[in-house]
Amino acid sequence: MNLARIRERIAFTILGLSTLFVILPIFAIVFYIVKNAIGAISWNFILDIPRHGMREGGIYPAIVGTICLVLGTILFSLPLGIMSAIYLVEYANDNFFTKLVKVSIVNLSGIPSIVYGLFGMALFVIFLKLGTSILSGCLTLSIMSLPLIITATKEALEAVPFSFREISLSLGATKWQTIRYCVLPYALPGILTGTVLSLSRAAGETAPILFTVAAFYLPRLPRSIFDQVMALPYHLYVISTQIPNMPLRLSFATAFVLIVLVFLMNLVNVILRIQFRKKKQW
Amino acid sequence: MEFFPKIETRNLNLYYGSFSALKNINIKIPPKEITAIIGPSGCGKSTLLRCFNRMNDLIENVKITGEVIIDNKNIFDKNVNLLNLRRNVGMVFQRPNVFDASVYYNLTFGIKIHRLMRNKNKINDAIQMSLEGVGLWNDLKDKLKKNARYLPLEQQQRLCIARVIILNPKIILLDEPCSTLDPIATLKIEELLKKLKEDYTIIIVTHNMQQAARISGWSGFMLLGELIEFNRTKIIFTNPTDSRTEDYITGRFG
Repeated sequence: MNLARIRERIAFTILGLSTLFVILPIFAIVFYIVKNAIGAISWNFILDIPRHGMREGGIYPAIVGTICLVLGTILFSLPLGIMSAIYLVEYANDNFFTKLVKVSIVNLSGIPSIVYGLFGMALFVIFLKLGTSILSGCLTLSIMSLPLIITATKEALEAVPFSFREISLSLGATKWQTIRYCVLPYALPGILTGTVLSLSRAAGETAPILFTVAAFYLPRLPRSIFDQVMALPYHLYVISTQIPNMPLRLSFATAFVLIVLVFLMNLVNVILRIQFRKKKQW
Repeated sequence: MEFFPKIETRNLNLYYGSFSALKNINIKIPPKEITAIIGPSGCGKSTLLRCFNRMNDLIENVKITGEVIIDNKNIFDKNVNLLNLRRNVGMVFQRPNVFDASVYYNLTFGIKIHRLMRNKNKINDAIQMSLEGVGLWNDLKDKLKKNARYLPLEQQQRLCIARVIILNPKIILLDEPCSTLDPIATLKIEELLKKLKEDYTIIIVTHNMQQAARISGWSGFMLLGELIEFNRTKIIFTNPTDSRTEDYITGRFG
């Protein structure tokens, strides 16, 4: 075996090991959580309210709360994010201001989530007088998700080859028709993936909802968007740190439900992608 | 010249930033003929072609001076409807760039965006006419729902031509349409172009001098952004006036 071959072997081994080290902790976490949660998971746990100082019963209000927050966040951030990304990529002139906006968006995604939480409290809860409510929480989570959605959409749009636009324009289509028929359908899978990633993050964040929506203990379902709700990540934080003599299996069961929720969102993403691939003209 | 030009350029200059890509081009394109633009890579022949349907507008930092007259109108005038211009001046690209969708979708795309017709029967008639026009009707009449990507390359390129002629253009621009095709498919496309010139004014950019000689009535030779010579193809290939044209067509460079 010559030297180049040996070097290639070494390189592949290092790369493979790196991948293994990345994947192992994920499996370990999931395995650990499942192992500890499995005894506590039941329909009762999922569909019942927390009882006896949250040491018994279920987490139904927190599940509903998190679902509400995710849906509300989609409602605000998805249209806004996709539309502004389309504008930035397809319409905006390439000048100093546009560059500034693009750099700002990239930097926004690096801001710690607690900062978004404080900002959301200052703007939505106090200044706009929306109170500690689902609305405030969704708006805060939306602002946090926007940079990721915009960046993902931007990259997905830019990945569509110029030749696709060229054909459409050469046939006399307007720019908007070209975007609508020849760019978006091909960018959609990438947009979806980015969106689901950012929503998964939004579903799991504690800091942004801490001051804007999350309730410590509220064993009923929300009646309007101005109600507070319990949410899974915050509930998990509370039962893990604030409640003495908390059965550990309930914490793990809560974590398990949160992971399943995120997994389900990714599953929806995969299914949608397959559907769009099957039927690309829409 | 013994014809009334379908396209005429007057002192056409084009700059990419500070680079002068077209230098003072004056050309008169005859109607219902095939005109070939030949020349070495980078001489500006594709750039010239893209002036005729203003596809150069898409590139940033392009500056154009001079006029391109089509049907007595300068297409760079402010009041020109760009969308109609591109409908009247169709373009076929180097790669057979069909949409990743059905044959039907490919053909009806132009109809849809220009809102030409709504009636299903009329649309089907138009599809049949355009496919017959490019000699694909018998092959594809039962495969309209099939994804165009799975057709042989030659049929894809024919479909691209059909996608253009379904819009009833006056002029068809072809940018090296055979460069990705094998010799047999190339000959078939050439036969098609010869047939189409009865109804359309055709301009073809080609690397392939034999191709220009085989199909075109008129030829223009370009070099470094200049139109060196424009004349009947017969004359260009047998008795060119400029020595640079002669050098190129006899294969001394390029």
